[in-house]
Amino acid sequence: MSAATSATGPSQVAQQARSGQRRKQFDRLADGLLFGVCAFAALLGLVLILAIGYQVVVGAEPAISAFGLGFLVETTWQPNFGVFGAGSLLFGTIVSSFAALAIGAPIAISIGLYLSLLAPAGVRGVIGPLVEMLAAIPSVILGFWGILILAPFVQGTLEPWLHDRLGFIPIFGAPQTTGASVFTASLILTIMVVPIIASISRDLFLAVPRDVQDGASALGATRWEVVRGVVLPSTASGVVAASLLGLGRALGEAIAVTQVIGAGAAINASLFQTGDTLASRIASQLPGAITEMHKAALFYLGVILLVIGLVSNLCAQWIGSRFDYGRMATK
Amino acid sequence: MTDAAFDPAAPLTASGNLRRRRAFSRLTEFGATAAALFAVGVLAIVIYTVLVHGASALSFEFLVTGAPTGIAPELVGTALIVAVATVIAMPLGVLAALFLTEFATPRMVRLSKLTLDLINGLPSIIIGVFIFILLVDHRQQSGFAGSVALAIIMLPLIARGAQEVLLLVPGNLREGADALGVSRWRTVLTVILPSALGGILTATVLAVARAAGETAPLILVSSVFDGKEVLLDMSHAIPNVPVRIFTLSEEGSPEGIAQAWGMSLVLIALILLASLGARAMHARSLRKMSS
Repeated sequence: MSAATSATGPSQVAQQARSGQRRKQFDRLADGLLFGVCAFAALLGLVLILAIGYQVVVGAEPAISAFGLGFLVETTWQPNFGVFGAGSLLFGTIVSSFAALAIGAPIAISIGLYLSLLAPAGVRGVIGPLVEMLAAIPSVILGFWGILILAPFVQGTLEPWLHDRLGFIPIFGAPQTTGASVFTASLILTIMVVPIIASISRDLFLAVPRDVQDGASALGATRWEVVRGVVLPSTASGVVAASLLGLGRALGEAIAVTQVIGAGAAINASLFQTGDTLASRIASQLPGAITEMHKAALFYLGVILLVIGLVSNLCAQWIGSRFDYGRMATK
Repeated sequence: MTDAAFDPAAPLTASGNLRRRRAFSRLTEFGATAAALFAVGVLAIVIYTVLVHGASALSFEFLVTGAPTGIAPELVGTALIVAVATVIAMPLGVLAALFLTEFATPRMVRLSKLTLDLINGLPSIIIGVFIFILLVDHRQQSGFAGSVALAIIMLPLIARGAQEVLLLVPGNLREGADALGVSRWRTVLTVILPSALGGILTATVLAVARAAGETAPLILVSSVFDGKEVLLDMSHAIPNVPVRIFTLSEEGSPEGIAQAWGMSLVLIALILLASLGARAMHARSLRKMSS
C-alpha cells in the first residue's frame, strides 16, 4: 500500500505495487464471493426443509380445512365419494414399522456387538461391509424380491408355523391366500433397518473405552456380563438414537411396502392380513389421482409423514447429542 | 462351599454358578455371531436369487433394444436423470462442506449439519411429493423434475461425505498457505480441494449409487412412459429402471417379471460395483492421506 502511494520509486516498482494492489482487491472480492457461495449452499439445506414443509402443507390445505384433525382417526378412504381418513394407514404404518423394529433392533444390536467385540479383525473387515451392502440394495428390488420369493415362503411356511404355535395371540391370525401382508412388509422393513442400526451401534460399541471393559473382566465378569454391565449401559442412549433412525427409515419407506403389503383398507389385529401405510398410499395413488381433493388428501398424508419423520429424526439427533456431551463430561 | 473340603489336586474347572454364567455368556456370543451370519445370509439369498433369475433374461439384445424386448431406454434414462442430478448436487454439496469446514462458526456448523441430517432422514417419498407439487402438478411429468428430486437426496450425502474428507486435510497445509500470504479462495481451490478430491469423488459415487435405485420420487414425477425408444428430452417423463421394475412387478405378467429380474440384476450389479469401487477408492485415499 505504502509503496503504491510513493511515486518516487522506479516505475517498475510502482507498476508491481499497483498490480499487487489490484490482485489484493481481486482476492478480497473472490474471498467474499467464495464465502457467499458456500454460505448459500450450506443454508440451502435449511431453505429446503422449510420449503418442503411449506409446500406440502399448502398443498394439503384443502384437505386439512375439510377434514381437520379427525382425518387422523377416520378410517374410510373412498376417493370416488370424496371421503378420506388416515386412520387405518396410520395404524398400518405404526404396526409395520414397530414390528420391523422389534425384530430388527435386537438382531442389529447383536451384529453391532459381534462386529465390535467378538469378530476377529479379518472377519470384521468382511462382514461389516457386507452388512452395509444390504443397505445399498434399492428398495424396489427388495420389494420385488419380497413379493416373489419371500412372500410365498412367509405365506406357506412361516405364517402357518407361527399361527399353529402362537395362534392364541390375536396378532398371529390365520394366514391369507396371498403372501402380501403386514407381516411380510415388516420383514422387508427389517432387512432395511438392520444395516442402519447395526453400523451405528458398532461405532458406538467401538467407542467404549477398552480399559473399562478390561476392568470388568478383571473383576471376573464373563463376556456377556461385560456387555450387560459396561458396554450397553454406557451406550444405551446412542443405541436408542440409532433405533429411532431405523424407525424413521421404516416409517417412510414407500415402494417396497407398496409391493408387499397388499393395499388393504381395513384395520386388522392380525399381522397376517393385508394393510397399507401412509407412504405406500401416496406412492400407489398420487400418480393416478385426478380430483383436487384426492390429491390434497394424499398431501395431507405427506404432512403426517413429514411430521413423524422430522420428530423421530430430531429425537434421534437430540438423544445422540446428549450422548456426546455425556461422554465428554465423564472424560 | 463351607462343607466341601478343599482339594488342591482337583482340576481348575468352573462349577455351579460360574459354569452357568459362562454357559450363558457363550450362548449370547453364539447368538451375536448367528445374527451377523443371518444378515450376511439374507444378502446372499437376495443377490443369489436376483442373479439366477436375472441371468436368464440377460442378453445383448436385452441391453440395446427398447420395449418389449429390451431395456435400453430405461438404462439411458436412468443414466441421464442421475447425471443431471449429480451436476446439480455435487457443486452444492462440496460448497456446503467447504462452508462447514472453512468458514462457519460452531453454531452455524451445528445448524447446517442438523438440516443436512434432517434432509437425509426425510422419507424419499416426501421429497417426491415436494417436487410433484413444485414442478409437476398441473403441468406434466418431466425427467428434470426427477433429477431435482434425486439431487435433493444426494445433496446431504455428498456434503457430509465431503465434509469428512475436508476435515482430514492436514491443518499445516492451510497454515502453510496462510503463512505465504495466499488468499483464502486460492488456498481452497489450489490446496484444500485437490488434496480432498479423492474423498469427494468417493462421496459422490456413493450418492450416485443411492440415487440410481431411488424409486419413490420418480414414481411421482417421471413414471408415464412406454419405454419403446430412447428419450433424451428432459421436459418429458424419461424412462428409468427403478420405476420400470416397480410397474412390471405390479402388473405381474410372466414376461414382465422376467424382464424385471433382468433389470434388477443390471441395477444391483451397477450399484454394488459403484459402492465397492467407492470403498476401494476411499481406502486408498485414506492410506495416501495418512502416509
